[in-house]
Amino acid sequence: MTEGLPASTETGVRHVEGDLLPPSSNQGLLEVFRRRYLLRLLVKREISARYEGSFLGLLWSYINPASQFFIYWFVMGKIMRLHDSIPNFAIHIFSAIIVVHFFTETFGAGTRSIVRNKSLVVKMAMPREMFPVAAMLVSLYHVLPQLLILVIVLLSTGWVPTVTGVAAMLLALAIAMTLGTALALLFSTANVFFRDFGSFVGILTNYVRFGVPMLYSFSFIDPMATWVKELYLANPIASAVLLMQETFWVPAVDAADQALVVMPDHLLSRGLIALGVSVVVLVIGQLVFSKFENKIPERI
Amino acid sequence: MATSIKVEHATKVFTLRYHKTFKQVTVAKLRGQKVSDTFHAVDDVSFEIEQGESIGLMGLNGSGKSTLLKMINGTMRPDAGTVLTRGRIAGLIATGAGFHPQLTGKENIFLNAAILGMSEKETARKFDDIVEFADIGRFLDTPVGNYSSGMYSRLGFSVAVHVDSDIFLADEVLAVGDKPFKKKCMAKMQEIRRSGVTLVYVSHAAASVQRMCDRVIVLEKGKLGFDGPTDEGIRYLHYDEPDDEPGSLDQADAELGADV
Repeated sequence: MTEGLPASTETGVRHVEGDLLPPSSNQGLLEVFRRRYLLRLLVKREISARYEGSFLGLLWSYINPASQFFIYWFVMGKIMRLHDSIPNFAIHIFSAIIVVHFFTETFGAGTRSIVRNKSLVVKMAMPREMFPVAAMLVSLYHVLPQLLILVIVLLSTGWVPTVTGVAAMLLALAIAMTLGTALALLFSTANVFFRDFGSFVGILTNYVRFGVPMLYSFSFIDPMATWVKELYLANPIASAVLLMQETFWVPAVDAADQALVVMPDHLLSRGLIALGVSVVVLVIGQLVFSKFENKIPERI
Repeated sequence: MATSIKVEHATKVFTLRYHKTFKQVTVAKLRGQKVSDTFHAVDDVSFEIEQGESIGLMGLNGSGKSTLLKMINGTMRPDAGTVLTRGRIAGLIATGAGFHPQLTGKENIFLNAAILGMSEKETARKFDDIVEFADIGRFLDTPVGNYSSGMYSRLGFSVAVHVDSDIFLADEVLAVGDKPFKKKCMAKMQEIRRSGVTLVYVSHAAASVQRMCDRVIVLEKGKLGFDGPTDEGIRYLHYDEPDDEPGSLDQADAELGADV
């Protein structure tokens, strides 16, 4: 370094390929999936951060749904005697919890994701959709062991998976995944502007738990007026739950109890419509996100 | 020469909110007070930078330097006008990198490099160089939240200079480093500059801008105040007039403890 001398002028020539472009990415979710390596790092980080400093670590993602399962099974099943009217009540609940938990975790963690990653958001240029998507993938990562437990239990009782069953399950997960990401996109931006939205999501997810046939079976809804029934089934998560039960619960019920099993008609087509609706919500979520993303770094 | 950064009528408007809660806003509205106000952090700024140029971006605190840099690196988008860049951008904004406080230094190196567009292989190849340059020793496996501000910026700077970038942004990067590290950084930045990378250097230290840059852009309350040769720019800012007695820029900087 030459102290005090004016800047030297001999600079090398660097030829840069490419065009003059806006430095901020604006391709939304597409950009997220183009940068899979970064996404993988963020997902890994979230998985290790979620139970950071805890002794049981990843075990918590089993303990949480297991305890929920136990409470529902005990209070609803044993004390409120739902066992009598819903055969295989445990499977009925557990197959529903998997998809509901996946959805609420995606929704909740996704909503908080941008504020939680403030230090990156304000200084680094990256597609910010990355954070809600990473939150969804972390929740999906926790779904797999739960599914595994359910399948092992069912296989031991002689349950055999069918092609339609697997398709119904995948459809259910796709609905929860799409709608969860869509709402996470919408609410993660809103949460930057007003933290109230974070609390509001907590209330919403509570409604979701009771607005789907998880603690009670569809046979409680079926006798109601057609418009009430249709309104109830318009909830994509209700469709997702019913699809899960179609896969796991219905075949597990004994032949003698089949009379107690009530499922809505055209379940698969209803599921496909629900997925379509979720995709529409996702597009809306992306549009809203792109509109407000500009203001995120200054308002966070 | 190709244009590296093109800023055309870029404007960034911030909204100031005086009240936070529902209650406060309601009370203020009833009293007829203003609940929010806007100000132009960057106001209709235009300039063009050629590839390989080295720009000193100067101005008082709050004149919009960091906001302008954030628009160049893509963290913020202009509310009006356009900002266009060519090639990969690396650098530091407002004295530090975007690190995750809960992650260790090592994990942050990989994450930061990935955000800047480096692949896993590329990062792994440069990892040892990055660690050696940052010289943070055994703290590499400690969460960066526990780092001293000096260590934090060393690591950030080290990652940024090892990214093979076409545009390098340096925003008061060296404000918290100690003297030996500052010297090392200045040498590294000269090296980057000589390799033909476009350099945008924000500093209040006139002497180091003089050494590093061949053109100065001065912002004044968000507006473009001056754009031209380094010496004139420093005169424009009156940074060459120490308060009491006349002396060289180096002396003035040294007295302020800002010799880089």
